[in-house]
Amino acid sequence: MEISAREGWTVLHGMLFGAAFLLAFAGGFAGLFSLRPEWVTREGIQERMTRLKLGMWTMALIAWATVITGTFIVYPWYRASPPEGTTDLSAFPRSLLLSSESTAEWHRFGMEWKEHVAWIAPIAATVVAFAVTYYGPILARKTNERRAIMIFFVVAFLAAAIAGIFGAFINKVAPIQ
Amino acid sequence: MVDRAIEQDKPNGPVAAVLLAGGIGAATLGVVTTLAEASGSFAQSLAWIPAVGPLTGKTLVSVIVFFTAWLVLHFLFRGKEVNFNQIVTISMVLLIIGLLGTFPPFFELFAGE
Repeated sequence: MEISAREGWTVLHGMLFGAAFLLAFAGGFAGLFSLRPEWVTREGIQERMTRLKLGMWTMALIAWATVITGTFIVYPWYRASPPEGTTDLSAFPRSLLLSSESTAEWHRFGMEWKEHVAWIAPIAATVVAFAVTYYGPILARKTNERRAIMIFFVVAFLAAAIAGIFGAFINKVAPIQ
Repeated sequence: MVDRAIEQDKPNGPVAAVLLAGGIGAATLGVVTTLAEASGSFAQSLAWIPAVGPLTGKTLVSVIVFFTAWLVLHFLFRGKEVNFNQIVTISMVLLIIGLLGTFPPFFELFAGE
């Protein structure tokens, strides 16, 4: 049972950081959605605020870690050009995908979308983490503010989900090894 | 003490600032991505790390713009009550520009040389 350094970084980027962000979304969204004075007692709001702040900052940090490892560590292996005359493209995922019309769209559409849109996730998650921390329990009374924060939170999730789904499929078709 | 924590109020300026900065950062990513598609020379100028290519500049410019805008807007809006709905509307439009500009079928419409 072996795993190469490249495979290890890919797992860290996608299955640990990326997946942790996506899994944490449901809890964060439920926390924000139900943060209403008519639904939760004052003590309940105070109690869940600590958890919400910690959760949102953890998610923001994880989102930054995901895009930084993905772009600056894993992506160069994906886009490396093969030396002239190379016939076995298995170590050059981008070239491998583009070598056949049946797989080229995984790069042209999937990877091109993933590599760009993913960076919206940490920006939006940081916005949410700061806003939740700034207002604290007051956020329960701030309907408009909470709604705006939830939109940013959903956008962060959607951006990360697009990146995660395409990352998983692309790594299946042309794995980094 | 719990009552006081919930009932007290805070000016909305700092939250408006971060929302607007988030929109500006996202829109920057969308615009830079589309411009890089339109101009090969502009794309090459963003390849600060050769192994990563133009994605280096596209992402780092957006991140720098986001944090700079946040810092500037935070000091401008600090301690102030601003028109929150207006700021949210502008932020959403900027977010949509960011999402659209990073969507391949959209930015490929501007593909250049």
